[in-house]
Amino acid sequence: MRIVVCVKQVPGTNQVYLDPETRSIVREARHAVLNPYDTFAVAWAARLGSQHGWETLALSMGIPAVEKLLRDSLCRGIDRAVLLTDRLFAGADTWATANTLAMAVRKLGGADLVLCGKMAIDGDTAQTGPELAECLGYAVVTDVTDIKEVSRSQVQVSRHTESGVQTLLVRLPAVLTVAKDSCPTRMPSIADLARGASRPLECWSAADLGADPDRIGQRGSPTRVVCTETPPMKKQSRRLEGTLEQQAASLECIIREIVS
Amino acid sequence: MSCDTALPGAGGLWVLAEHDQGRILPVAFELLGRARQLADRMICPVAAILPGTVDQAGVSALIAAGADEVLTCADPALDNLPEDPCTDLLSHLVRQYEPAVFLIGATHWGRTVAPRVAARVHTGLTADCTMLDIDPKTGLLLQTRPAFGGNLLATIVTERHRPQMATVRPGVLPEPVRDTSRRGRLLPVEPPPLTNRLAELSRLVLPPEQGIAAARVIVSAGRGIMSQKNLALVRSLADLLGGQMGVSRPLVDMGWAPVGCQIGQTGQSVAPDLLIACGISGAIQHIAGLGQARMLVAINTDPEAPIFQFADVQVVADCVPLLRQLVRDLSARRKDGGLGSEAAAP
Repeated sequence: MRIVVCVKQVPGTNQVYLDPETRSIVREARHAVLNPYDTFAVAWAARLGSQHGWETLALSMGIPAVEKLLRDSLCRGIDRAVLLTDRLFAGADTWATANTLAMAVRKLGGADLVLCGKMAIDGDTAQTGPELAECLGYAVVTDVTDIKEVSRSQVQVSRHTESGVQTLLVRLPAVLTVAKDSCPTRMPSIADLARGASRPLECWSAADLGADPDRIGQRGSPTRVVCTETPPMKKQSRRLEGTLEQQAASLECIIREIVS
Repeated sequence: MSCDTALPGAGGLWVLAEHDQGRILPVAFELLGRARQLADRMICPVAAILPGTVDQAGVSALIAAGADEVLTCADPALDNLPEDPCTDLLSHLVRQYEPAVFLIGATHWGRTVAPRVAARVHTGLTADCTMLDIDPKTGLLLQTRPAFGGNLLATIVTERHRPQMATVRPGVLPEPVRDTSRRGRLLPVEPPPLTNRLAELSRLVLPPEQGIAAARVIVSAGRGIMSQKNLALVRSLADLLGGQMGVSRPLVDMGWAPVGCQIGQTGQSVAPDLLIACGISGAIQHIAGLGQARMLVAINTDPEAPIFQFADVQVVADCVPLLRQLVRDLSARRKDGGLGSEAAAP
């Protein structure tokens, strides 16, 4: 039985640059962190892997520097890692990303459980997990808050819905996207760091996946960013001048006009 | 602008009519309103897609809000909108009818089912659009969403794949005025073979929080509030005005406030009569959530803060002493019976 956890590097701050040519995001090694939601997916994978004796594998698509984040996952109890890195993968939208990850999962011989963060904090789309499930033909549950009763053929999960919490039995293989704080995380110990350093980490290119260049990266992306702009200014705006007391008095008048 | 029939699947504009036990969600009407405006320019029909059982009043409401056709699949197996069979049905209908555009509300359900359908039929999907338009030159759907953590809006197109799919959060688009004289037709469709790999064991319905989404008055706080204890001032002002407290994402990330209070692209979209934003700089993801506020008052120490571009009333001031002053003044007046005695009632 095999668990694959998909992770993504995101900018650690709001300092994001756009390539003026392609208008896609420029990813740099500096200030890069693991997407916060993915840390919980890694924690779940490590926990379920050690509880059930399943093989665990971390997978990411990104620039070569993402190796560092995968190494960190290996220090957090993951057995093996694969980085998909190639110029041809660059500029992928969510479909092309899901398709690339799915090719890698298939090359690994498939998975019983695929774990992802609920969404990435840079794109905020929450699409790649469900799209990956479809590319693989697996079941999917999003926004999972708890995973329990794991067997070889199904898992029991709880997840957020619009009106509350739902508990479901999901047939494997399945993709689960996990919510924040759904699993406790901890800092790796010295022993964990030593273990992680000795674990295998491979890099695969588009050729290694046997990928069709028309179905990966920017070329394989159904969507395209045509322009980026700063949001339009609002109508007339007025500024309240004066001392703090005067500002408060003017503001009170405005409030009284609306709330009365 | 007519539909370019040379494009693969240059059919109509589709809107998913999501419902909760037969009660159609407001976001479906909001999407229909915009689809109707776009369709009138493209000279295309608008169809509402309705899986499961909804009564005649619901169907009539969809037509009054702009649908020319209502595609229904009244299979009881679809009544609770289970995700697996709904993905089967919607993918099947898309392949059969080849719509040009398919819009889905960015609810929990929509955010799961829309990417599944998009991937299954192999097309593009843009999440959480704040504006939808038609490019007069190409006839393509222009899907605009906040992007990249900066003060940017990205406009995205799906050039060669169909349908052009987008999700829009509830409350972002205005609900259209319903025209009960509109005529439309009901088109029952047969479901394809449906699969379900998910079995529901239990469903816990939590009482809806006193949600900020429906609040008429919101006082919201960002990093400029400086400390968690100052949130008490924000709450006091909200209480005095009979409103709710909202926050920006950093405060939720720091654990100062529950995620249910968060306004913005990853939080709630709000549409109050009055929103007082205290110490919020105005990252575009936050702005995306408050576009429907009728009156926005922004208080910030930085006269260049981006939020001022969107504010009706700008107050360059430290929000903490200003809030303290306001709460003091309003409390005094309330004791005199001057303000808010009605508004402050629950």
